[in-house]
Amino acid sequence: MHVFADPTNFDAYVSGFLWILKLTGASAVFALVLGVLLAAFRVSPVPVLRGFGAAWVNIFRNTPLTLIVFFCFFGLYSTLGLRLSDDLDRNNYWLGVIGLSVYTAAFVCEAVRSGVNTVPAGQAEAARAIGLTFFQTLRIVILPQAGRAVVAPLGSVLIALCKNATIVGTIGLIEASSVMKDLLNSNGDAVIPIFAVFAGTFAAILIPTGYFFGWLANRLAVKR
Amino acid sequence: MRMKRVAAVAAAATLALGMSACGGDGDSGSGSGGGKGIVGKAQSQKKLVIGVKADQPGLGLQTGSNYEGFDVEIAKIVAKGLGVDANNIEWKTTVSANREPFIQQGTVDLVVATYTINDERKQKINFAGPYFIAGQDLLVKADSTLAGPEALDGKTVCSVTGSTPAKRIQTEHPKAKLQQFDSYSKCLPLLENGQVDAVTTDDIILAGYAAQSQYAGKFKVVGKPFSTEPYGIGLKKDDKAGCEKVNEILKAAASDGSYKTAWDTTLGKSGKAAPELDTTKLTNCGSV
Repeated sequence: MHVFADPTNFDAYVSGFLWILKLTGASAVFALVLGVLLAAFRVSPVPVLRGFGAAWVNIFRNTPLTLIVFFCFFGLYSTLGLRLSDDLDRNNYWLGVIGLSVYTAAFVCEAVRSGVNTVPAGQAEAARAIGLTFFQTLRIVILPQAGRAVVAPLGSVLIALCKNATIVGTIGLIEASSVMKDLLNSNGDAVIPIFAVFAGTFAAILIPTGYFFGWLANRLAVKR
Repeated sequence: MRMKRVAAVAAAATLALGMSACGGDGDSGSGSGGGKGIVGKAQSQKKLVIGVKADQPGLGLQTGSNYEGFDVEIAKIVAKGLGVDANNIEWKTTVSANREPFIQQGTVDLVVATYTINDERKQKINFAGPYFIAGQDLLVKADSTLAGPEALDGKTVCSVTGSTPAKRIQTEHPKAKLQQFDSYSKCLPLLENGQVDAVTTDDIILAGYAAQSQYAGKFKVVGKPFSTEPYGIGLKKDDKAGCEKVNEILKAAASDGSYKTAWDTTLGKSGKAAPELDTTKLTNCGSV
């Protein structure tokens, strides 16, 4: 543990995990909004929207995240000149958030869509029968019930997102995995302890998250 | 139904047997055999594992399964001096961030990869050499007016995570913005597009990049080195004998012309005259 007794190393470790949490937080919000919207597209009666949603999911779900994040940096920023902040780290951070969000949205969309399928068809028919429009049906009847069914799968998506955030290290944001590499480089004799601390920190963040979502899913479940 | 199941089990069993039949062939892995150091390993096994860079034109560049460059030639000279034929060298790609761990864990026997000798690294590994003295410099666009490191404030500089040049920028020019990647090759498109104002590492590496055909005439090396980077050959910290042997080999290479040949066939193609290998500056291999 002598490695983490050094204040510089410890600060790097803390700031690395802060970046991970920031990436996870911002991307989770964007991915949730985008994912629910895409799910609404995919169950809508409008063919164009359905096609758009299906294309989005097929493209982003089947492209390695590494490539997506790389494209955000070398495509959007380097080639097309999209600059999101004057501060270098912030800019890399937002580029990473874009990549993580569009990728994770595809998974959120599929989770929500599977939740929609748990709602009995009679619910939608009844909603139509009392004269609700498609979007009212979705908003007032279907999504609230679907949402309760997908708490646990969305928890899994969030956990995956948090681990995936380490990929943003490849475009120069010094997040936890980059800090770990740097510490390993300067302390080749303490590989196992360094690795254990970083893996353990991820576990300490994510295991409670998993339990929390399990508990929440139980509480919110629609008892049919 | 039952027949089907039996058939499935039989198929699975056949598969499993087939798999186990082509299991491990007892590859004992690489690394120096238990404290005998590289001299012992070279004598007994007649092969060496050497870490080199794979993405530095002129120094260590991988093309297909081949490695070429000045570092690679130096490694071949050292291997030959240890009695290992160039065909029996197992090349391993190292990046700046994994050189010490690779040596400490025995993944490689030697590292010849633009490896700056410094005190921090001497704590962990042993250095033979230096076989070349480079200096940190800046690569800028051909039309840039950036005159040197003192003009970096507020400018964006690209370098490699965990490398000496990156750390020097952080400590000596904290006002410069540092974009870090795992290899210099990723910095070049950014320099070309103007997202970074300069790429920084040792002058000789920069010259190699600038000379690549796809960047011909686009970049220039500023030519004001602001550090001294003696390139050494890394080996295990306790392998004093190996380190001394490598230094002897380097001395011999300086006098028999093989050092000059190594230069002329690689970096020398850029028209730069071969440097003198200063044998008085060789390390003392950790003896106090």
